[in-house]
Amino acid sequence: MTTTAVRSRTDARDGRLPGVWGLGLRRGALEIKQFFRQRDQVVFTFAFPVVFLFLFASIFSDDVEGAGIKASQLYVPAMMAAGIMSTSFQSLGISIAVERDEKVLRRLRGTPMPPAAYFLGKIWLVLVTGILETAILLLVGTTLYDVDLPSDAGKWFAFAWIFVLGLTGCALLGIAVSSVPKSSKSASSVVVLPFLVLQFISGVYIAIDTIPDWMLNIGALFPLKWMCQGLRGVFLPDSAQVLEQAGGWEFGRTALVLGAWCVGGLLLCLLTFRWKNRRDG
Amino acid sequence: MLTGMTTHANELAVDVRGLRKQYGDVTAVDGIDLGIRRGEVFGLLGPNGAGKSTTVEILQGNRDRDAGEVSVLGADPAHGTRAWRSKVGIVWQDESAPAELTVAETVRHFARYYPRPRDPEEVIGLVGLEAKAGSRIKGLSGGQRRRLDVALGVIGGPELLLLDEPTTGFDPAARRQFWDLIRKLSDEGTTILLTTHYLEEAEALADRLAVISRGKVVAEDEPAALRERYGTGATVEWTEPDGAPRTEHTDTPTRTVAALMHRFDGEIPGLRVSRPTLEDVYLRLTGQEDAR
Repeated sequence: MTTTAVRSRTDARDGRLPGVWGLGLRRGALEIKQFFRQRDQVVFTFAFPVVFLFLFASIFSDDVEGAGIKASQLYVPAMMAAGIMSTSFQSLGISIAVERDEKVLRRLRGTPMPPAAYFLGKIWLVLVTGILETAILLLVGTTLYDVDLPSDAGKWFAFAWIFVLGLTGCALLGIAVSSVPKSSKSASSVVVLPFLVLQFISGVYIAIDTIPDWMLNIGALFPLKWMCQGLRGVFLPDSAQVLEQAGGWEFGRTALVLGAWCVGGLLLCLLTFRWKNRRDG
Repeated sequence: MLTGMTTHANELAVDVRGLRKQYGDVTAVDGIDLGIRRGEVFGLLGPNGAGKSTTVEILQGNRDRDAGEVSVLGADPAHGTRAWRSKVGIVWQDESAPAELTVAETVRHFARYYPRPRDPEEVIGLVGLEAKAGSRIKGLSGGQRRRLDVALGVIGGPELLLLDEPTTGFDPAARRQFWDLIRKLSDEGTTILLTTHYLEEAEALADRLAVISRGKVVAEDEPAALRERYGTGATVEWTEPDGAPRTEHTDTPTRTVAALMHRFDGEIPGLRVSRPTLEDVYLRLTGQEDAR
């Protein structure tokens, strides 16, 4: 913290408005600090997908016929995708709604902080928590549930872009959905319900080959289904492709849909984001 | 106070003409004119719902207006740039700060947003939170939080400070401390606009006052001049020999007292002569006399 104080005096000398990227980093550091100081939130955020992985993978552990895998293996990439979405979509959707309701956003808007710095800060937070969440699930999956780390560079590369595009798209969707709840009290229900529904129809809790096609088709409109599918492609043997709706991993289409959600999510945020809640006009 | 500079329109820190704002059928602000000079402490008085907060929010750039011209530090707040925002400090009526951070972390962080921030440690001292600098915000008392709000309002070294009911919920001692802080900032040359319900606060701090009622400015002047202009007459109170209290409102209290001296031939029981206070003037102006 001493360096912060010293630096601010340096700024005082030149009198220019501080840059967006620098402030974005500062905000990111602040967001991460605030996040990790709320111990209960930290524990539950990271434990949630792990507990679900443990439950599902322990209950459904039989061999999947003709796919060369066990059902428990299916749950590792599924929970990883859900974990990415929960650290981005769910946590931003709720926390921004709360910050708006508690006038934290209005306070920021009254300063010369550029709005982009606020969003950059959120992205840093989501990136750090998303990486941690994914690393924890990967550790549990590889040690307990027979999932192997990908052996070729191509799969690692796919893992990286699925993570980045999925996280970004879901984070933007989370920022957009934060404008829906009318107050912080309703925020978690408003955000969690669609997330839960998506988890059911995107192949997180229920294996993809047992979900009705029309449900899968609705799920396919959103990023989660593609994140699950892409991560299965990264972590499961190619023999498991038979379970997929299209009979293959469809990496190209996955990239396209996730990329489209990044662009669409950004537009949605720009069009709908509000600094005050509706009561405040 | 910078008198003699008002002839130049550009010397006004805040210049408002014909401001209007409607919420549905309710007219919150109904054609307000305000001129606040640079360096002045200006008080905006009025009952709840008179349009004070709406006016201040429009000046902050936080609310759209329906009509009227508004210039704050030479710019329209509806199109405030970052450079403009860095010159305007705001303390809202209902604030919140990040609960998990410490006072020092928060003040230092907010200093980062500004091109020419004040020294964070100095600002923490200015609002009297040195002892709490290392404490998490969630552990502060209401008055301490309010002082942190003020610290965040002044950290950027604003030319204009907008304070919306800054001392609501303060105990009397905290209020006096806050007044000292406002005087200190004013002495440094900060232009200050403050809204308040507290008449004594307005009288203690403001160089000039505007009284708002039902969205309109009903009077605007220096506090003493307001009292003189609208607070005509006096009240004479005494007790009759049969024990009945009597009250008389008069423009000539001396004559009333002289007549009483004749009647009582000596001490007049329970005699009290009072001039209207600023509060009486305020209640009369805002049509709330019956509220007493």
